[in-house]
Amino acid sequence: MTNEELQACLTGEFTNAEVKIGKQYVEILVQADELHDAAVKLSTLPLLSFDYLFCLSGVDYPEKIQIVYHLESTKHRHTVVLKVNTADRVDPVVDTVSDVWQTAKYHEREVYDLLGVKFNNHTDLRRLFLDDSWGFPLRKDYKDEVRIVER
Amino acid sequence: MSETKEIIISSDKIHTDQYLVNMGPQHPSTHGVLRLLVRLEGEIVHHIQPHVGYIHSGIEKMCESLSYPQVIHLTDRMDYLSAHMNNEAVCLCVENALQVEVPDRVKYVRTIMDELTRLASHQLWWCVMGMDLGALTTFFYGLRDREHILDIFEETCGARMTLNYSVPGGVMFDIHPNFQKRVKAFITEFRKKLPEYDQLLTGNVIFQERTNDIGYLSLEDAIAWGVTGPSGRGSGFSCDVRKHNPYSAYPLVQFEEKLDTRGDSFARYRLRIEEMHESLHIIEQLIDNIPEGDYAVKMKGVVKLPEGEFYQRVESARGEFGVYIVSDGKKNPYRVKFRSPGFSNLFALNKMAAGHKIADLVAIMSTLDLVIPDIDR
Repeated sequence: MTNEELQACLTGEFTNAEVKIGKQYVEILVQADELHDAAVKLSTLPLLSFDYLFCLSGVDYPEKIQIVYHLESTKHRHTVVLKVNTADRVDPVVDTVSDVWQTAKYHEREVYDLLGVKFNNHTDLRRLFLDDSWGFPLRKDYKDEVRIVER
Repeated sequence: MSETKEIIISSDKIHTDQYLVNMGPQHPSTHGVLRLLVRLEGEIVHHIQPHVGYIHSGIEKMCESLSYPQVIHLTDRMDYLSAHMNNEAVCLCVENALQVEVPDRVKYVRTIMDELTRLASHQLWWCVMGMDLGALTTFFYGLRDREHILDIFEETCGARMTLNYSVPGGVMFDIHPNFQKRVKAFITEFRKKLPEYDQLLTGNVIFQERTNDIGYLSLEDAIAWGVTGPSGRGSGFSCDVRKHNPYSAYPLVQFEEKLDTRGDSFARYRLRIEEMHESLHIIEQLIDNIPEGDYAVKMKGVVKLPEGEFYQRVESARGEFGVYIVSDGKKNPYRVKFRSPGFSNLFALNKMAAGHKIADLVAIMSTLDLVIPDIDR
């Protein structure tokens, strides 16, 4: 599907979501409580069949933490960017999608490790790279008094 | 230790005949500091839990305080065997964001360098693949040929591994006057040497026994776990970014995306050898036709990206490498995320190795061609 067709299709399927064409890909912003349903729908609907999650990132914005899922369909070769905002920036929680795309299991652990986002229903949510005593370094308000010298 | 306790509790019942072995972080076959917590019964592997982070260097965090040209210099410290592809990914991302069209000469040179890097990476992989299985000779054969490529790199940009050759808008220097001559000489020479690789290792009975039908990964699992590169294509997952999202001079060249549906260690091995042939084929099509022109377009002294999000995918030697840049219009990125191929590939290891002997685990890990700084970043 082209980006325009994909946008039309997604707007029809996801009534509560915000769909727009970004600079490169179609972007869909879903509500946090609808994330898991949206993920299931995106991966199973034959017209969409987004089966390949190639990137999962967390971004710390001033009022929210946004989780960004880059998805591709290996059948139709179209790409979509799924986004979800956490309601609370200090103690962010979203549902896991690791039961939909297996690879998300470790990508989510990375996001938890570096940004402190908790994933509901994740089977093994532990820190991945860092020790438990660390803060969440990819947050903008992270301060490391020992290792970073302010100029 | 807490992880050890967890892994025992998580199993359905306590198996008195099972035990845990720490493989790594200092183990010769992990080729870096990677620790695998392996649950064994006799010598049969039941479960593998990889532990990463021993060389986590916070590259993504560092990028937030660096300018875009500086970010490029960090990228080849991640996957040091695909240094040029990583550099190129950031450059392409910046160029797309600024809508800069690079000269054709740059596209050709970058693509040739990409494929030379891929060849050098696969040669080193072949060296250590043999060595992991106890065949030390391959190490000398592979390094002998890799040296020629590193010499070409050195002549082109002064560095042998951490190239930093791509800059936003082009490449840092024009190619050396000897470049074409030396690359062509290398191709002729390496074409003769590649059959030796098959004679030395591929046909070997011990090697065949240790890779055929070992470490099976199905197509569904490859897609679900995001296993890309030759490792994914060994399971029949058509994931070549050069084909599906072509960049630089890839739309101009003819090449095949090799696929194998067997999904075992041998398929992954075979595909990398095939890829070396394809890489030579790609370079041959480009090397005589490098167009005249500038080797870089003039960029502003301070590179500032417009506000927004930008993503660039490239095919590194290990699989799909991605750069995700969130910009707020300043000279340094707001957030950078690197999608490293090794990260996703590593965590599919449990799927491949469970049920096999621990000696096969070494062979399977070798066919994944892991580079640990790429995983840890």
